[in-house]
Amino acid sequence: MALDKPSMHADFWAENRLVLTHVYTSTAALAVGALFGLLQAFSRANWLVMPDWLDYYRALTVHGVLLALVFTTFFITGLALFTVYRNIPRDRMMTIGWIGYWLMLCGTLTAAATILSGNATVLYTFYAPLKAHPAFYFGATFLVLGTWFVGFEVLEHAWWFRKHNPGVPIPLPVHAMACTFAMWYIATIGVVAEMLLLIPWSLGITSGIDVMLTRMLFWYFGHPLVYFWIMGAYLIWYTMIPTTYGGKVFSDPLTRLAFLMLLVLSTPVGLHHEFLDPGVGAGWKWMHALLTYGVAIPSFMTAFALFASFELAMQRQGRRGFIAVIGGLPWNDPTFSGAALGMVLFIFGGLGGLVNASYGMDVLVHNTMWIVGHFHITVGGPVALTFMGAAYRLVPALTGRRLWAPKLALAQTWVWFIGMALMSGAMHVAGILGAPRRTSDVTYMGMQGAQSWHPEMVLTAIGGTLLYISILMFVSVAVGTRFVDEPATTEFPFARLDEQSLPPPPAFDRLARWSALALALAVLAYAGPVREHLMQHVYTAAGMRTW
Amino acid sequence: MHVHRLERLWMTIGVVMLAVFLAAITAAALIDHMVPPSHVQTIDPTRVAQTPPFDHPGLHKLPDGSYEAYYNARIFSFTPSKITIPRGAKVTFYATSPDVVHGFSIPLTGVNMMVVPGWVSTATHTFKDPGTFLLVCNEYCGAGHQRMAAQVEVK
Repeated sequence: MALDKPSMHADFWAENRLVLTHVYTSTAALAVGALFGLLQAFSRANWLVMPDWLDYYRALTVHGVLLALVFTTFFITGLALFTVYRNIPRDRMMTIGWIGYWLMLCGTLTAAATILSGNATVLYTFYAPLKAHPAFYFGATFLVLGTWFVGFEVLEHAWWFRKHNPGVPIPLPVHAMACTFAMWYIATIGVVAEMLLLIPWSLGITSGIDVMLTRMLFWYFGHPLVYFWIMGAYLIWYTMIPTTYGGKVFSDPLTRLAFLMLLVLSTPVGLHHEFLDPGVGAGWKWMHALLTYGVAIPSFMTAFALFASFELAMQRQGRRGFIAVIGGLPWNDPTFSGAALGMVLFIFGGLGGLVNASYGMDVLVHNTMWIVGHFHITVGGPVALTFMGAAYRLVPALTGRRLWAPKLALAQTWVWFIGMALMSGAMHVAGILGAPRRTSDVTYMGMQGAQSWHPEMVLTAIGGTLLYISILMFVSVAVGTRFVDEPATTEFPFARLDEQSLPPPPAFDRLARWSALALALAVLAYAGPVREHLMQHVYTAAGMRTW
Repeated sequence: MHVHRLERLWMTIGVVMLAVFLAAITAAALIDHMVPPSHVQTIDPTRVAQTPPFDHPGLHKLPDGSYEAYYNARIFSFTPSKITIPRGAKVTFYATSPDVVHGFSIPLTGVNMMVVPGWVSTATHTFKDPGTFLLVCNEYCGAGHQRMAAQVEVK
């Protein structure tokens, strides 16, 4: 109803409409995808038996695709467009942004329909030689191609700004988003290359598939995918959250450096997902373990910068000491609460990630529920909670209407936090006990060795229930805000720099060079294992439908 | 570039911590052979049942007293479905798949590996305590994945 009415940002009317469409599509994916997650948690706790027309693995595929690939991606593309549009005022056409949106949406709907019809029960990793209907691979490819159009908008805006403002640094949020999408282009080459193998094979044009090659290409893309999510959350933490407590960006150059390091180091680490795979030499795996440790460094920098920004802002209010600083932060603001609770979860997510990266230690947790706990406390923790919190300011800023039920919004962030801590905690424990992931029922017909897992599965289902209640609260606020008839004056501004922060070195804005460095490192990290693989006589697999 | 004194300290602690972790896993790899299973050996996935030693999957005792166990992991079962070994036995597991990707995990032992069609995976473990261990497939392989399990009995 508000879409056809110019909001308070009459200047930004066309832009707001596009960003809002991305954000609401993301919300819809979250609401639907999470419902399937709830059914899975109930199934594993033996509270319900999934019907034949919606078996566990089909639901799991929908859940993984909609939450890991669709919810996150649409929110980030919306945030990306918001970031460049708000920070770089200029005349623009909306065409490319809309082409990107429609491609992403068509891809999503095609893939979702293929999964729901039972023709692509291959989970969101679609490991060959499980062979899905070609429409699934086409849909996923279109989703990725659509993001390339959005990425073009981001990089073109950064380029335009540099051209028209010689000697002026690119606005910090735009720099961060440009790094995110430069990384995304490099990473998505992997999945598109994998699709070029999978699509002809699924169409019957080629008869066999090189399974290990598809796994390497998938994880070349799959790990930077998680940094795509994290960089979106970091951008909000660094450049938007400080405005909720009257704070500033702690350091402009160090923020840029953190994003540049994420650009360079996110991709050459994917083999840590294949530690237990045959056919890949142990030395290459060790090299990727080393590089994975390296990508923890920008996260350490981020932890420091966020707390420094908190502390400096509170000191200006005369607050000193840990308790006074933490207590002085705006805990009644759902946007701040979402981000801050997400940061707390990420402490555990980050440390768990170091365990997974630790080479030989990975055999204890690989493909157990620990991993499921890990990615729920990362993408479902800092990323989802930060995005939901940010939506509480983004939507009013985009519609010009005030947030509906801000107390419900605040409660939502806490219910999510408690539910996620409980669910993810139980999953981690179950994983240490050896419970396998991606399994509809872990009782194994009562065989010895499986009994210790059931209590953790019950806790998982309780945590999952809280999470779904939280989703319903979020969706209520998101929908309610569309029908509020009170105007809002809230914008979601980007934070200013701290006075003590110095300007960035000009080299930090040379994004093409940094991207070339990132690509070179990715090629180097994969050249060895891929070359070794291609030198062997590899048997291809015919592929089959086992569901 | 100016970096705050406390941030220098914080980053130094972080990087030293990572270096210690890396040294620990590298030492474990070099001294204790705590290396992830990375066997590089191919096999024709269409001829697993005809390719020795996978044409006779099962347990074999070696002259030095240790054991080799050859497994055929396929939808949705392991062959052999049960092996019995004496306490203290050192067993090297070999597994391959004629169809899709499977997992091969014996919880609480450190035997955990992916089984990929076209490749042979291997891992070794010494069973010090008696009991019945569960062997499960921990990678989704299709509609009957949750039933894909076997047993290792240690007497």
